Amino acid sequence: MTEFSSTEAEPAVPNDKRFSHEGATTAPIQKSAKKRLRLRPSTFWSVRQGIPTWLKILMPIIGISVPLIAWSILSYGGFVKDIFLPAPTTVISTGIELFTEDELIKDIVASASRVLGGFALAGLVSVPIGLLMGTFESIASLLNPFVSAVRYMPVAAFVPLIVIWAGIDETAKFLIVFLGIVLYNIAMIVDAVRAIPDELLNAAYTLGSNRLVLLFKVIFPAALPSIMNTMRVNIAGAWNFLILAELIAAEQGLGFRIIRSQRYLQTDRVLFCILIIGLIGLLTDFLLKQLGMFLTPWYEQGER
Amino acid sequence: MAETLPLPPNSGGPPSMVEHPKLSVHGLSKNFVYQGNPLTVLENVDIELKANEFICLVGSSGCGKSTLLKIIAGLMSPTMGEVRVEGEAVEGPGSDRGMVFQSYSLFPWLTVAKNVEFGLKLQGLPKAERRERIAYYLDVVGLSRFANALPKQLSGGMKQRAAIARALANEPEVMLMDEPFGALDAQTKEQLQQFMQEVWERTHMTILMVTHDVEEAIFLSHRVYIMDSHPGRIRENLHIPLPEHRELDIKITPKFLELKRYITNQLGH
Ligand SMILES: Nc1ncnc2c1ncn2[C@@H]1O[C@H](COP(=O)(O)OP(=O)(O)OP(=O)(O)O)[C@@H](O)[C@H]1O
Ligand SMILES: [Mg+2]
Repeated sequence: MTEFSSTEAEPAVPNDKRFSHEGATTAPIQKSAKKRLRLRPSTFWSVRQGIPTWLKILMPIIGISVPLIAWSILSYGGFVKDIFLPAPTTVISTGIELFTEDELIKDIVASASRVLGGFALAGLVSVPIGLLMGTFESIASLLNPFVSAVRYMPVAAFVPLIVIWAGIDETAKFLIVFLGIVLYNIAMIVDAVRAIPDELLNAAYTLGSNRLVLLFKVIFPAALPSIMNTMRVNIAGAWNFLILAELIAAEQGLGFRIIRSQRYLQTDRVLFCILIIGLIGLLTDFLLKQLGMFLTPWYEQGER
Repeated sequence: MAETLPLPPNSGGPPSMVEHPKLSVHGLSKNFVYQGNPLTVLENVDIELKANEFICLVGSSGCGKSTLLKIIAGLMSPTMGEVRVEGEAVEGPGSDRGMVFQSYSLFPWLTVAKNVEFGLKLQGLPKAERRERIAYYLDVVGLSRFANALPKQLSGGMKQRAAIARALANEPEVMLMDEPFGALDAQTKEQLQQFMQEVWERTHMTILMVTHDVEEAIFLSHRVYIMDSHPGRIRENLHIPLPEHRELDIKITPKFLELKRYITNQLGH
């Protein structure tokens, strides 16, 4: 191996010498034909330079219609049994039926309020704790063992325990959603606080801030855009944990619907409920984004 | 060579009876731990600024200028030595030592006027007085028209002027500036040098400014501290024998060039 090292393009010099001058001189530098590296402009593959409006409209249409077409071919074409994959029209008519005859709206309200409740509680707890942990190393050291360890424990494993503690009523569902996201919230907010440039804090200090002012008037506003983003990311997680909670014990809610429909092999109902959750997710994401823009209009556009 | 006479302790006599320098640094040293070994970044640094002096500190990159300024501002603690403001030893940051940083440190969520107001509110100034000061200092830096703009709507030079206004408005005993024009292009930089001189002429603020631009240091200051590196020490305390008011074209006079050559040589060692 070593005998060939001097003739190889990538010389087998010790790693630490590879970029030093000695390393470079021991190996002959091969001269090959000059090659200009030029980037050709591209509409489709543009990176951070925006795409034209027609492409902006066309791409989501393709993104939605291709799976729809595939679905239609599979179901109408008779490639898949109805019981595994019902046709799109079946799902929609089932959906209408669910709304008109089965009071699906009640389940939606039940699920959405559980998510909102658990999510709001998680926000109320995680924002102050995250800010404190991100700001004060002492608090971080105090809580880190707990936060890091518990974050790796699957919430699903806690569910039996929660049922023992809190029973199977609404409290248990809030608690599962809350536990599911609160630690992720905290970890992400801590990172957001740590990413605040030193200069901002130093400027505040030299203007006469004490630590309280620093926390409320500098660190909190500086971290707010990231906190809003954290919320947007983690509310999706909240839905995951809610369905988990409802699968276990509930008389109402979308998760409850899904598990009952599955029992009767009503695939169309399962699919429709999943679609509804997706739509609610889109709506929440949009609303949280608007809220973020309302709360932090000063934040650079495009970074959202 | 700088004297290292110990000063009488702070408790001795009312401060008003003795004429204290605005800012003094005595026997200041700073060690860092770098890869397990102690690294002396500053060694026995002595500095004194009298009221209304505009002083520059020049030194090559990495000699410890920013470290020194941060210690003076109280943002970092020294390994040895002390910092006094008007004879009183200080530990930790305070509004008596305003600071302008090399990179933009405006609060992005506040308008220019609110940025300037930040320190004034902390001082508990009544609203009318705050408004007056904001108007005055935004006028000093020429940003009155942009009072309600957000930092993201300003150019680099404007941001730095706003940061200077914010520091000035607090009316600190000493203004510390760490290469405030380092990130700007040559033209903007010269404009701001002229501007800084006007600011001083209007406010007579006591200023300690770090730069590695020798021309900037000579153009602006009454005295220049030249620093050695590894470890960082004050090599020389050089009086600048130029008239107090200077125009930009002073930069091509023989006297100026001679000073520039001299300092550059000193820095080369
Ligand atoms: N937190 C730190 N830990 C260890 N070493 C540090 C630390 N901060 C600074 N140093 C070292 O101290 C020395 C001085 O740094 P400083 O930033 O004060 O230099 P400077 O004179 O301001 O340089 P420049 O002109 O490039 O800004 C450098 O060699 C740097 O490596
Ligand atoms: Mg520096």
